[in-house]
Amino acid sequence: MNFDLHALEAVLLTIVTASTPLLLAGLGELVTERAGVLNLGVEGMMVMGAVAGFAVALTTGSPELGIIAAALAGAALAVPFGVLTLNLVANQVATGLALTLLGLGLSGLIGERFVGQPGVRLPHLHIPGLSDIPFFGPLIFGQDLLVYLSLALAAVVSHVVFRTRLGLVLRAVGDNHASAHALGYSVIGVRWGAVLFGGALSGLGGGYLSLAYTPQWVENMTAGRGWIALALVVFSSWLPGRLVAGAYLFGAVTILGFFVQGLGIGVPSQLLSSLPYVVTIVALVVISRRRGAARADTPACLGQSFVPDR
Amino acid sequence: MKNRSALTRRDAMRSALLGSVALATGLGGPALAADKLKAAWVYVGPVGDFGYSYQHDQGRLAVEKALGDKVQTSFVENVPEGPDAERAIERLARDGNKLIFTTSFGFMDPTIKVAKKFPNVHFEHATGYKKAENVAIYNARFYEGRYVIGQIAGKMTKSNTIGYIVSFPIPEVVSGINSFMLGAQSVNPNVKIKVVWVNSWYDPGKEADAAKVLIGQGADILTQHTDSTAALQVAQEKGILAFGQSSDMGKFAPKTQITSIVDDWATYYISRVKLELEGKWASADTWDGIAKGAVFLPEIKNVPADVKAMAEKTIAAIKSGTLKPFGGTITKQDGTTVKDLDDGAILGMNWYVKGIDDKLPQ
Repeated sequence: MNFDLHALEAVLLTIVTASTPLLLAGLGELVTERAGVLNLGVEGMMVMGAVAGFAVALTTGSPELGIIAAALAGAALAVPFGVLTLNLVANQVATGLALTLLGLGLSGLIGERFVGQPGVRLPHLHIPGLSDIPFFGPLIFGQDLLVYLSLALAAVVSHVVFRTRLGLVLRAVGDNHASAHALGYSVIGVRWGAVLFGGALSGLGGGYLSLAYTPQWVENMTAGRGWIALALVVFSSWLPGRLVAGAYLFGAVTILGFFVQGLGIGVPSQLLSSLPYVVTIVALVVISRRRGAARADTPACLGQSFVPDR
Repeated sequence: MKNRSALTRRDAMRSALLGSVALATGLGGPALAADKLKAAWVYVGPVGDFGYSYQHDQGRLAVEKALGDKVQTSFVENVPEGPDAERAIERLARDGNKLIFTTSFGFMDPTIKVAKKFPNVHFEHATGYKKAENVAIYNARFYEGRYVIGQIAGKMTKSNTIGYIVSFPIPEVVSGINSFMLGAQSVNPNVKIKVVWVNSWYDPGKEADAAKVLIGQGADILTQHTDSTAALQVAQEKGILAFGQSSDMGKFAPKTQITSIVDDWATYYISRVKLELEGKWASADTWDGIAKGAVFLPEIKNVPADVKAMAEKTIAAIKSGTLKPFGGTITKQDGTTVKDLDDGAILGMNWYVKGIDDKLPQ
């Protein structure tokens, strides 16, 4: 029993770490897409966040500064995307893809001298007494800062998007940019904000990888997580609550796959490693269907460039 | 595709930033001198993985150092196994490379395909089994090292549970698991291995996840057949022992790494490039192990002196040829027995030895 509880605790803790980067990057992209901008550069912004976070944490010795640097780096990489797609009206899909390539290449170049250096780990929260409670302590009171931040951000994003005036403007810009413009809102300005926010959160997601998940820098360490985050946004119908569910479901099925393999009961590993994708997609599609097809959550202007008429 | 383009982009940037086009790294640099032999390497991971691809690149650098201005080397990293590999290899052949090393199992069929189109280019494929007139194959007997670390793990485990993180169910990996188990069983009949396939050669996050889950399930020693240092770092954090892979990863986990199975390709690469320069290159099948230094284990640490002495004795016995991991009678998982496996049987291994609970993915 003791052993089982220990195994379960390890599984649950690992699920949290596996899900957090997906949630962070997904939340950023959700806001970006709610404003009608499709940024496929999530992977690139994540990996830039990972390298910047690692580099700053290592040189200053402060993982907290690393987090800030990760967010800034993600946002910084979003700047050329913003200039090209918002101001110069370039194609969002092509620019986003290029951004991923740019991020992967640039991070490799910047990170060259950090390869092979043991990193600085973001400390886990420790509340005397609470964090020491067996099982629940480490799980609820012993995570690192970014885990709490990611969940808090999900709540904040959900509130702002659906319960505030700012959120209304954001959705208006994403659903019908011509009308938003006619009402006097700065479509380009709102989109710039959403793009930078998306970049910053993608950067945070990457920073989580290099500061908490596996505290080290290696090239291409995001290993496709940006693409998974992108897919999660779509399958969660651009709803933050569902995005949390999707990210954690994906993380959970991945980790449970390893757990089942470790039991040695002979379930094919190829099946287990494809399961996270299948289960998450099926689950999110099912939830979305139940809410009724009438509710069109897709931002109507997603991916469309806006040129204000003069 | 994504990765390969990323590299192109990266190299373009590197050139721009350094204001130089004379860099040898990256895809097809300009032909500087016609009399130089152009040799190229294709890697499955980034050269900065500090594992498998890193070791191959160390071999490439050794070639540059040893043969200096007679060769011009280049490499492509992060090449996915599959159709992209074929394009990457073909591009290197078109760029005038005369000797191309493709360094991962999954590059086997792409290499053979491209080799048919370029009969005048010589190819060398690592860890596979398909040869051709202009395709040589080479490999290292990693399994010899795995026997040694299996023995150490068998001695050191207290829970009799060892976690083994693996990539893909190819013969090289399977023979590694078997050799490890045979080594462990030689000193500890009750030992169990928990095998977790992460279905990737290189995904630090997943490797770390697998390590955490295995430790949670009671494994007190970890070993891996994946390329990053992530699992080792998790082991260090949890205060358990582990083994490195491909290169000496001790610097990442000084209190955790017992030893590592280091691939040393330098000697082989230098000898093959020399043959090419002399015009004596011919297709061959090279499979060296601990005896010739193609596989070696850095100093054994973090274990008691008697365990270290035992392991060193085993290494010496493998070196002298008195101990063969797959020699003698071996009982398979299904209860049948085989005797004194030859190289062909080891290279095509698709079964587990008795005592492994995992079912081999087919």
